[in-house]
Amino acid sequence: MPERIDLGVGEWRRVSPKYVLVVIASTVITGLVLSAASLFLWLVGGWPFGWVALTVVVVVTVIALIIAPRRARSIGYRLREDDLLFRRGIMFQRFVSVPYGRMQLIDINRGPVSRLLGLADLKFVTAAASTGVMVPGLPEAEAAELRDRLVDLAESRRAGL
Amino acid sequence: MSTPHPPGPDPASTPSARLPGPALSSAERAAERYTDGEWHRLHPATPLLRGGIVFIAIFGFVLSNLRERLIGFFVGTPEYGGDPLDAIYNHGWEGWALLGVAVVLLLCLGAFYLSWRMHSFRITGDAVEVRSGLLFRTQRKARLDRIQGINIVRPLFARLFGAAKLDISVAGHDANVQLAYLGSALADGLRGDVLRLASGVRAVETEAAESAAATASLDPSATAGMSRTAAVGDLVGRRVNELLAPELDPNAAPPESVVKIPPLRLFGSLLLSGFTVFVLVVVAFLIWGASTGSAWLLIVVLPGLIGSASFYIRRFTKSLRYSIAGTPDGVRVGFGLLTTSNETLPPGRIHAVEVLQPLLWRPFGWWQIRIDTAGHSREKGAAGQPNTTMLPVGDAADVSRVLSLVLPGFATEQHQSLIEAGMSSRGDDDYIGSPHRAIWIRPLSWRRTGFRVVDDAVVLRRGFVWRSLAVVPLARLQSLELQQGPLDAALRLAKTRFHTVSGPVRPRLGAIDAPTAGRLFEDVSARAVAAAAADRSHRWGDGGARDVPTRHEEER
Repeated sequence: MPERIDLGVGEWRRVSPKYVLVVIASTVITGLVLSAASLFLWLVGGWPFGWVALTVVVVVTVIALIIAPRRARSIGYRLREDDLLFRRGIMFQRFVSVPYGRMQLIDINRGPVSRLLGLADLKFVTAAASTGVMVPGLPEAEAAELRDRLVDLAESRRAGL
Repeated sequence: MSTPHPPGPDPASTPSARLPGPALSSAERAAERYTDGEWHRLHPATPLLRGGIVFIAIFGFVLSNLRERLIGFFVGTPEYGGDPLDAIYNHGWEGWALLGVAVVLLLCLGAFYLSWRMHSFRITGDAVEVRSGLLFRTQRKARLDRIQGINIVRPLFARLFGAAKLDISVAGHDANVQLAYLGSALADGLRGDVLRLASGVRAVETEAAESAAATASLDPSATAGMSRTAAVGDLVGRRVNELLAPELDPNAAPPESVVKIPPLRLFGSLLLSGFTVFVLVVVAFLIWGASTGSAWLLIVVLPGLIGSASFYIRRFTKSLRYSIAGTPDGVRVGFGLLTTSNETLPPGRIHAVEVLQPLLWRPFGWWQIRIDTAGHSREKGAAGQPNTTMLPVGDAADVSRVLSLVLPGFATEQHQSLIEAGMSSRGDDDYIGSPHRAIWIRPLSWRRTGFRVVDDAVVLRRGFVWRSLAVVPLARLQSLELQQGPLDAALRLAKTRFHTVSGPVRPRLGAIDAPTAGRLFEDVSARAVAAAAADRSHRWGDGGARDVPTRHEEER
């Protein structure tokens, strides 16, 4: 049994359980678009390997749908004293620590499906392009409250670049 | 908007006739006038230097090439060979022609004058501002404590006129405030002044500057009696001196810290680059093509090969006369034979440093140093490389000298040995290395892969074939990442990435023992917060510039 990283920071704050629906919706839409494209290539374009592409797309989509709940559950964050800790991924685990003073701005994004479910994505931008921390699927009120809190924290610990 | 006050005497041609000794101090006195918070104008030759020459060249080119057509268009095809002057003379249009030329010249001069008049800058206690543009006005303001570097560029043509560009970069893409052009000596003085203002020591030094100005005011009266011919001779002599003098002013930088790159080594380093390998492959391909009878390949590829020769020459001349020195206001790096550039990076503006050695350089013991900075000067550095190459090529001694300038906290004995171990050790030392099972994903370099956390920096060592050592000052670290893929998980390994501002150095380390990586993550994220909180380098002169290098001790 492979040993996974455990930072021992206690309980992570998870995203809303409704976020699974967003993941499922986007997976289904991507799967449908790709299936349509490969169907088109196969039947209209006369591409002989069209059925292979179609099978791959369908299989990948089904697998993605099966693991969607686990993927959504793997996303977590924690507000520690001086930094924000973020994690995601099952197979490819990723942990990021962003000191509050390093946050340059905080974005709130809402896609069409998220809006239907009353969810929002929170994105943190630092001076490093590679930081790439986005907490998806937060209830809108919580997202706004979290953003205000983080902006306050960032302001009080403001450091140079 | 207040109108700028009438242009003062051009600093490059002031009669203050700088004597060899106090040259820079008089430059700084000239610059002093520009930091009073009022609007000032640039060097009067600016429009000429910026685009005038190009304009004249294009005009001449068009005239000489389209002469026949122009005559045909305006006059109807003359029956004899087309000298436009003859045509004008024969038609009796001398007056009109002269008038037309005069009008065009006047319009150009007027436009140049207006654009120069509308282009002004001011330096206040907390910002540098430039406003420019005739029809579309732009105004740009850079906060002094956000300055990431100041570059002085002297293109060959501008150098003949004794002019220079001052390029002040702040963090961000295309976030430069450019003062082009200024008098050459003034640019140096102004940079010193802006940096001093930015460092926050200005208030302390005002009195000292005033007393200096009082003594210095004797100089002009001493030189006032100088005859005109002597003044002209002095001007010419100064130009020649400026062209020949080394990039760094010996008054402003301690000469002993300057690293010299012998031209032969520079040439060798260019010859032993990846580009050469590419050229050799192309040549081999050509020979093969010629031997199998497809000589047309030669015609296709030959121009490219000739172009590559010019690539080598350009790189060579641009990297010549490399110099680096520490000044109270940061590291100063200079490059260039004909077009010179020299940039000052204030303390605490360097986000990551990497010492690396390509395989081909190893027999010679050569290394290169690259850095990440938040601001990027619009001007290219040595050889058109971005300004992120601190040391194009140097031996181990050069590397330690440059590193002690770039990372003032790393100048002590044990840091030096740490760096040396990081550069050439094969592993099994006081670096925290990877476990033996990492051999599965790092078959060659697992022994060398390792890290150390020292004071408020983290040192990452990796690479067996291409050796690399990265140093990240934690006070500049933006965020920190820990990753584990399925293969890593099976081997109980993990990798980390240190997120810094974008640049050539991407500090990361793979194949670390997973629990160790977890501890590293915790340790570094805590230290990064502490280091950032203790960091005062955005006002490096405030409360004494001395505490910047010794920050670690204060933190304890």
